[in-house]
Amino acid sequence: MSNPSGTKPFTITRRDLVVSGAVTVAVGSGSAHAQTSEPKAKVSRASQPTMPVELIANGTPHRLTLDPRVTLLDAMREHLNLTGSKKGCDHGQCGACTMIVNGRRINSCLTLAVMHDGDKVTTIEGLGSPEDLHPMQAAFVKHDGFQCGFCTPGQICSSVAMLGEIRDGIPSHVTRDLMAVNYSDEEVRERMSGNICRCAAYPNIIAAIREVHEGNT
Amino acid sequence: MRPFTYQRAATPAEAAAAARTSGARFIAGGTNLLDLMKQQVETPSHLVDVNHLGLDRIEPTSEGGLRIGALVRNTDLAADQRVRRDYGVLSRALLAGASSQLRNKATTGGNLLQRTRCPYFYDTSMPCNKRKPGSGCAAIGGFSRNLAIMGVSEACIATHPSDMAVAMRTLDAVVETIDPAGATRSIPIAEFHRLPGNTPQLETNLKVGELITAVVLPKPLGGKHLYRKVRDRSSYAFANVSVAAVVADGIQRLAFGGLAHQPWRVERAERETRPEAIAEAVLAGARTTKQNAYKLRLTQRTLTSVLQEARA
Repeated sequence: MSNPSGTKPFTITRRDLVVSGAVTVAVGSGSAHAQTSEPKAKVSRASQPTMPVELIANGTPHRLTLDPRVTLLDAMREHLNLTGSKKGCDHGQCGACTMIVNGRRINSCLTLAVMHDGDKVTTIEGLGSPEDLHPMQAAFVKHDGFQCGFCTPGQICSSVAMLGEIRDGIPSHVTRDLMAVNYSDEEVRERMSGNICRCAAYPNIIAAIREVHEGNT
Repeated sequence: MRPFTYQRAATPAEAAAAARTSGARFIAGGTNLLDLMKQQVETPSHLVDVNHLGLDRIEPTSEGGLRIGALVRNTDLAADQRVRRDYGVLSRALLAGASSQLRNKATTGGNLLQRTRCPYFYDTSMPCNKRKPGSGCAAIGGFSRNLAIMGVSEACIATHPSDMAVAMRTLDAVVETIDPAGATRSIPIAEFHRLPGNTPQLETNLKVGELITAVVLPKPLGGKHLYRKVRDRSSYAFANVSVAAVVADGIQRLAFGGLAHQPWRVERAERETRPEAIAEAVLAGARTTKQNAYKLRLTQRTLTSVLQEARA
């Protein structure tokens, strides 16, 4: 659930717990530059220079102060408590972290939050709510476009943006005539290849997307 | 990730000057660099964000070509109407690479600078002359199925993973840069990427702190543009072998991906007509492993198929 007050909802995060448990040698006031040449050093979170960043998360501006290493995915999940987006591979291979940033779908695990100052970020929480589902959410439910559901927030964010890309005439690898972009199941399969579903709900995902596309035309 | 400091540059000159130290890296899309930083293959002490330099436009040149800003995203370059119409091989190559999410982030400059996907480069517990010069090459005699067969050395058999660069090689693109002192230069793409030799850690001929500002395409060649990529699955995978072809009246330009540490093009092979003769010239001097020797026949067969379509 989103946090309407815009304040950090947890007083202690999982990251705090992991860090406090793992740090045995805190590197003191040395600069970040100096620490990189010391592979064995454990890094104290407090010793890192932090930076201000503003994220417009699902329409609500949030001011954060972050270690520059924090990815957009971790900023949204751990600092804004928007845990709908999932961390699957954390390497841009699975698509579970897909968010829509300034209208474009991206892998939020492969970008730094500080690179997105002022950007508009949409996650699954911003598309709809349990009481008021986005048409793509409703279609995924209707067509059983998932089993375990872990990849689903990324699949849905990706598919919403993907339909926009087809509407904008952006070609794909399977577009036969680069100058004429049209919707087809083949196009959808190619364009959704960055979202992996280990339960293999693909046929039902295609059916859900087709229904939303037909409802839009 | 190791700690680093972060700076958002406002102009190309400011960015290049900020990257004059060896621990600095430019970050644009970040889709390759951040992955390598998580693995601690890359451990920069300073990141210079180049996303806000105004280098995100595609403009016509006075010679009738296009100047592509270094920060133009792969999606936008592939979808540009002029690129689709006049440089189809480039659109096709871009669309054959990665996923939509990655193409929405990845940039023209960053694509040229992406690092190899050799598994031993990524595995910090294994020797790799590219990651740690002098440590040895675990790929030679190791899992080498998708590694290079052309221009390899005793030190390294890594491939350059880009599809985009292979298409740009057929187009004789030119890379424009600015260095930390503010000097600019133009580098033909044929001279941009290096072969591994004894220094596989050096992948391009860029100097420390030199920033790519644009890629210039000469005026269109016309003719048929094809990009055929053979891979282990039909989408979202790196090439086993790829062929970029531009075939027009009196013109036959052919470049190959998945074969070498750079886009592979042998100009004298382009004077031949028969696909077998072309392949023989392109693959002269090949050095294969047991696992990747299949690339010889695959290259010839893919080329044959592409030329049949291009000449039809």
